[in-house]
Amino acid sequence: MHWIIVPVVLPAMLAPILAFVMRHDMTLARTASVAGTVVLVAVALGLAALAGGGETHTYQLGNWPAPFGIILVLDRLSALMVLLTSVLALIVLIHAIATGWDARGRHFHALFQFQLMGICGAFLTGDVFNLFVFFEVLLIASYGLMIHAGGRARMQAGLQYVVMNLAGSTLFLFALGTLYASTGTLNIADLGARVAEIPPEEAALVRVAAMLLLIVFAVKAALFPVQFWLPATYANAPAPVAALFAIMTKVGAYAILRVHTVAFGPDMPGTAGLAETWLFPAAIVTIAVGAIGVLGARRLLPMIAFSVVGSMGTLLIAVAAFSPIATSAALYYLLHSTFAAACLFLIADLVISRRSGDSLSTESPTVQNGFFAALFFGAAIAMAGMPPLSGFVGKLLVLDALRMPGMMGWAWTAILVGSLLTIVGFARAGSTLFWKSTAVEVAAPQAEGGPQPEEPAHRAGPAEVAPVMTALAALACLAVFAGPVSAYLDATTAQLFDRAGYISAVLNSGGEG
Amino acid sequence: MELIVASSVGVLTAGGVYLILRLRSFPVILGLALLSYAVNVFLFASGRLAIDMSPILSKYGGATYTDPLPQALVLTAIVISFGMTAVLVLIGLGAYLEAGSDKINVGSGGEADRDGEGGS
Repeated sequence: MHWIIVPVVLPAMLAPILAFVMRHDMTLARTASVAGTVVLVAVALGLAALAGGGETHTYQLGNWPAPFGIILVLDRLSALMVLLTSVLALIVLIHAIATGWDARGRHFHALFQFQLMGICGAFLTGDVFNLFVFFEVLLIASYGLMIHAGGRARMQAGLQYVVMNLAGSTLFLFALGTLYASTGTLNIADLGARVAEIPPEEAALVRVAAMLLLIVFAVKAALFPVQFWLPATYANAPAPVAALFAIMTKVGAYAILRVHTVAFGPDMPGTAGLAETWLFPAAIVTIAVGAIGVLGARRLLPMIAFSVVGSMGTLLIAVAAFSPIATSAALYYLLHSTFAAACLFLIADLVISRRSGDSLSTESPTVQNGFFAALFFGAAIAMAGMPPLSGFVGKLLVLDALRMPGMMGWAWTAILVGSLLTIVGFARAGSTLFWKSTAVEVAAPQAEGGPQPEEPAHRAGPAEVAPVMTALAALACLAVFAGPVSAYLDATTAQLFDRAGYISAVLNSGGEG
Repeated sequence: MELIVASSVGVLTAGGVYLILRLRSFPVILGLALLSYAVNVFLFASGRLAIDMSPILSKYGGATYTDPLPQALVLTAIVISFGMTAVLVLIGLGAYLEAGSDKINVGSGGEADRDGEGGS
């Protein structure tokens, strides 16, 4: 069973070939990159089918047994995340190729594949130090993608992003050092077994390490006190890259879910109640920051970036409950918000490239004004959480899961008011961009999207629209098949919270590698 | 020994944090380098400080040995932080050349122009 390592090895092999062999031939690089991503989707589907049986599969690198060697763990959750990553990557990649973004700088495809390697590795690994290494892989690729195509604002925002994440990495290493000094292991399953044996009065160092790790993951997940890097980064990154980054915040959420349930679970005497105490209020403030940002933004891309912050708040508020039902809701919302954010960024890219910039001001309508307006409307109601798309189902599940005393008042108020403000923000932006624009020029009400010869903007071809439509279709499918999806997610959550099963599967694995 | 290691980690961290909070990119990069030195020493010490012992079980040297894992971790951390610092210097240089100043702040937030659309 070597398939578990394929999502890491495949992009890792493809990226150097793209960088060194195919760098002068854009067509070849595009073909290879798309082919590699399609294979990745196929492998991810196979792994999801394998994990769907409910077993926890492990892969021992170099055949070293678990607490000593590095181990990759495939359960339903990691298979789901890898599948989500690969599907999103394919959508984003086709958009980047169709709009020509990949040709505006060098090595887009190589960096893209390295990014996929890091993300897939972070989802699959069962070792915290290895998690750090994969974080660095995905970060260093994201630095390159972030400043792809250059430009003053982008370089400055990129510098901020790099500095922020390097500080986060340093904190990560401090946390790992503390953890190793106090427990003597860095394997997540082994940590789970050992932390459970530490009595509360001796757990001070472990609690410090758990808090440091929470802060590090919160930086990735854009949680309140450390969320300020996200709007500047996403708003200045190339739009397809920002769409791919939609999965990067989810890496942080995944890491919190994995490490703070298995290693520092809520039922451990030493670290009980640690994460949820801080996560819950921080998530509420995050929702508020996101909603206010959406309302206050004067440009389209920062507005979408703030809506991502808000959606991360909603996601983490459900994570903070650390109960199976809330986690299942959080996972559904995670799937939804990834596609919703990516879809919004891709549509924004299509719209902005046909306008003079991304400021929310009225201009004469672009070609296909009504069509883009419909796409934007669809993605915006998904992100804001209106029926009929999956955002509504997701928020409903989260609200339903948080019906517990002490949490319900705050959580419901934050989510509902936040949703309302997001709806207002998006409605205002949409009407400024698409509706009021039709009143700018007297000759504006032309036939729907009739190509004007003097218009420099060209009509969006099928290849440019297809990725957006796919993302919207994914959102619709999530809503239509909400029943089967939540049943699968319930099973996923049950497996995640079965700590004993995870630990014994990893530590007693005979090794399938 | 413990006092020297602990205080050096503390001093390096304090200096690094101070420099990170500066407004210009060069001190910030120096601060991150200092922080990475601090964390390397810290990681090294997380396997307990043992003097004059080999990191492997030796047939001749008795049963005592120093923990080899933190040394492997430090090696990885050094390589990664070295590479990251190089990337950071290049990006900082790029931002300086593009913007004409090495201020770490993105210029007046709202209307930061997107003049790089055309490609480099």
